[in-house]
This record gives sequence, C-alpha cells and structure tokens, in this order.
Amino acid sequence: MKISREDVLGVAELAHLELSPQEIDTYRGQLDEILTYIDKLKELDVANVEPMAQVLFARSAADGIDVKSHSELREDVLRPCDVADAVLSRSSDAEKPFFRVPKVIER
Amino acid sequence: MSAAPSWTVASVREALGKKKVSARELASEYYKRIEKRNPELNAYLTLSPEPASRQADRVDAAVARGEALPPLAGVPIAVKDVISTLGVRTTCGSKILETYIPPYDATAVERLERAGAVILGKTNCDEFAMGSSNENSAYASVRNPVAPDRVPGGSSGGSAAAVAAGLAVAALGTDTGGSIRQPGSFCGIPGLMPTYGRVSRYGLVAFASSLDKIGPFTANIADAAAVMGVIAGHDPNDSTSAAVPVENYWEELEKPIKGLRIGVPEDYFGEGLDSEVKEKVQAGIALLERLGCKRIPLQMPHTDYAIAAYYIIATAEASSNLARYDGVRYGLRVPGSTLIEMYRKTRERGFGPEVKRRIMLGTYALSAGYYDAYYLRAQKVRALIARDFSDAFRKVDAIITPTAPTPAFRLGEKSSDPLQMYLADIYTVTGSLAGVPGISVPCGSTKAGLPVGMQIFGPHFRESGVLQIARAFENAGGFAI
Repeated sequence: MKISREDVLGVAELAHLELSPQEIDTYRGQLDEILTYIDKLKELDVANVEPMAQVLFARSAADGIDVKSHSELREDVLRPCDVADAVLSRSSDAEKPFFRVPKVIER
Repeated sequence: MSAAPSWTVASVREALGKKKVSARELASEYYKRIEKRNPELNAYLTLSPEPASRQADRVDAAVARGEALPPLAGVPIAVKDVISTLGVRTTCGSKILETYIPPYDATAVERLERAGAVILGKTNCDEFAMGSSNENSAYASVRNPVAPDRVPGGSSGGSAAAVAAGLAVAALGTDTGGSIRQPGSFCGIPGLMPTYGRVSRYGLVAFASSLDKIGPFTANIADAAAVMGVIAGHDPNDSTSAAVPVENYWEELEKPIKGLRIGVPEDYFGEGLDSEVKEKVQAGIALLERLGCKRIPLQMPHTDYAIAAYYIIATAEASSNLARYDGVRYGLRVPGSTLIEMYRKTRERGFGPEVKRRIMLGTYALSAGYYDAYYLRAQKVRALIARDFSDAFRKVDAIITPTAPTPAFRLGEKSSDPLQMYLADIYTVTGSLAGVPGISVPCGSTKAGLPVGMQIFGPHFRESGVLQIARAFENAGGFAI
C-alpha cells in the first residue's frame, strides 16, 4: 500500500478540500492504484537527465529556433489598469477597494 | 446521424461576398440548428446571441459598404468554456464558476472577433478540461453526434460535437494531454493541437500551464489553416507565447507530399490498440506512401512512460493553479466561520470528483518528502520523451500514429475507473509533453460506423507541414478510407 487513510487526510488538508468519510476511502484506493502505476517511472535511470520544466527553454537549442520571447523582456512602462470595479464586481462579498472575508486575526 | 456541416470558411466568404446570405441570417440558421440538436447532444452550455448579432451586423455593414472582408468574416464559431469571453458566462464545466462572467476576452477570442468571426456560444467540456470522455462536466454529458450512446471524447467534447453535428463551422478547443485530438478522432473531424507557445494562453483558464494549448476543430483542413492563421502569434500578455514568426499556413497547404519522410513508431502499434483502429491507421499510412511519402520505422523508447510522467506533471500544475478557487474573489463562495473553513466548504461543494482527485494527486506529488520521487522524476522523464521526438525529427518530417487506442466508447463504460481512463491517453500525451504540434484527422470508420483518427505530429512550429500532410490525405480520400 502506497498511501494510507492518514496520508489522504493530510493531503486534503494541504489542498483545502473537505472530504466525506466515503470520499476518503474512495480516493485512498484510487490514488493508491494510480501511484502504484506511476512507480514505473522508477525503472528509468534519470541520474544524468536535466528536468524539463518548460518546453520552450529546452527546445530552442535542439531545433535551432530563436525563441525571442525568452530573451526579450518588454519595456517597463506604466500602463493604465483601471479594472478594480470590474474585478470587485465578480466577488460575492466586496467593498471597494477590498474583498471581505471571515475574520482572520483573533485578539 | 449527424447532419453534414454544410458551411465552410470558404463557402461563407463566397456567399457573403455575393450577397447570397448575410452574416445575421447565417447566425440565425446556426441558432436554429442548435435549438434543434443541442437538447440531445449537450454540446453548448451557454449561447451568446446578443454579441453574436452585434458582430454579424458589423460584418453585414462591411459587406454593404463593399469593404474587404477579414479572414473569418461572418463565420459562426463555438468556443470551449474554459476560454474567457468578455461578458459571456465562462463556467469551465464547473459548479465553482457557475455564475462567473469574465471581465475580458482571451487573446484567441479577441483575434477571432477581429477577424470577423461570429461567436455563437460556449461549449461543454470536462470540468477544468480534466477528462477524456466529457462525463466530468458538472452540467451534462455531451453525446457523440455520430453515435449518441457514446462519448464524444474529452475534454473538448462539446466543441468537437458542435462541429461534427454542424452546430458551428469551427470551434476552439484546448489540448493538455489530448483534449483536442482525441475528441476529434471520436467525432470524425480534424482537431489540431498547435506547438506549445504558438497560440496565446492569455484568458485560457489554466489547468496545467506547461502543457495547455488552444487549437481549432474544423470540418476540413483548409478551415483549420484559416483559423490557425488568425489565432497564432506572439502575445505580450502571455510570457510563454513565442515570438517565432507565424508561418503562412496557405503556402504549403496544397503542395504535394511526395518525398516527405514519415516516421511510424512501432511503440504505438502494440498491445492495447483496437484491431480495427490499427487496420485503418495502417491503411492511412499506406495511402500516404502511395502519395509518395517514404515510410521510416522509428523507435521512441520512452513512450511507455508518458502516461505516468504526464499525470504527475499535469496534476501537480493543476493543484497549484486551482488553489485560486477559494471563494474570495470570484465564483462560488460557501460561508464559513473562519477563512479556512470558507475555503474548504467552497471547494468541497464547487469541485467535482475528478477535479478533487487530480488536486489530491498533484498535491501529494508536490508535498514534502515526495517531490523528488514524483514531480522531479516526472520532469526528467519528460525530457527523455522530448528527446525521443527531437531524435525522430532528425530522421523524419512527420510522425504518424493512431490518435486513440479505441473508437468512442459508451457513456458510463469507463467512468468508474480513473486509471483506465488515463491509460487511454497513451498516444496523445507524448506529443503534449514534448510540446510539438499534432493533428488528428479522420481515417475511416469501424464496421460499426465509429470514426477512427490518425495522428500526425510535426516538429516545433511546423504546423504548416502537419497541415500539408493532412490536406494531401484529405484530398486523396483518406478521411473516408
């Protein structure tokens, strides 16, 4: 067994997910099966392989393509960004210029 | 059976130019078709007749003034519901965004509209594009227009079904691990995944940022080239969009493919491949050989590891991206007595089972003590898979494979077994990890009448080459082989 009930609860807490007892059991079994399958990655020797986080960086050298977006940063100039009303209007509880949430700090 | 999609980009253009139809009439014709078929197919989640009429009127006014028409003038198009549309509800197939109305357009949408396209509405999809059958939509399962007891594929199932049923001339989908190509295959239409970075992701609601791509579904290859010509290109609003010049997709489209080297990886034709699918794709390859292509056997030794690497990387990125749904700024909020309780209750109620499963898997893979064993290792395996592709493209101009191991399966057939569903992505996730362009083209049908798809991969930023082969295949009758 790769993953215990406690592991599932720990991950759910990290991910801010509330799970029912039944969901905990279902996910435990399914994640266990998936992770057991994923163990096949261990068959490969990757000691000397650089991890690939982003395809564009890894690519340009191999293909001889000049991916300019990675060497050119745009000019650092001020641009108008008057979106506060539009953005706040999407919240279920906002009072300009704030989003309102339950009390965070106890005193 | 599906109605044959009767309009194409070219025929719309010609009819508008000759004033045989107006953009407004065309839009209302499509809305009538949608009204008739959508209750059965569930391809659309939201229709946008008002902005569509305004856009159609702009096109008709341009026609009346005798102006030169932009490339997609009056073309009725559908947009997958993970792509932001200003003022038009965008749910991502999720309850957590049931009432969300974006304050801006995605760059791809803005480009379509600038090109004169009329956006009819938003298409159904697996929740946050996570799924291969469209059964993970929080709203309704899309039905395959070719066989309504079967899935249309996923996650862009609504977009594929809309085009296949003639409810849009073209549609935007998104592809992270096969979500354009596999539904294209299941519904019997072309679906193109562009190179990573070719089409801006600005305004695309993120699933897995290093893998997500926007691309077109169309009824034919010329239309795919037309849509690509509009949506491709650098966008300063997406730092991962490439400043590589956009090819002229028309230039090579009709060129003969004689002499091109097509690689056929043996690893894609082994165990698990349906015998009828295998037979059709082999026939497709034989047709390409008759058209003068040189068939070259390939080894892509890391293919078998692609699913494992993909499902770690994609879920890890998803767990991070979906942390934003906390009830604070937009979308569903379920009240709680503390902030954390509000997050937890909102996410519990707002997310469906597959999204939760992937968030759990991704969170686990990124958590302390497991990062090296899973996430870092998966990224290294990703590099090996990408190397398989770059090695192959030193020897060949394109790689030909089946798109999916089976034709469309029945609704409910795989929905209780997530791992089996993941394993069916085997032929598409490889190219996704490598970031190369790939198209699924129709390649005949099984004896039961279910469409088969053949996949064509090309080197980075060589959509032209992929489209050229697809077009030659179409011209030679390959779609109905």
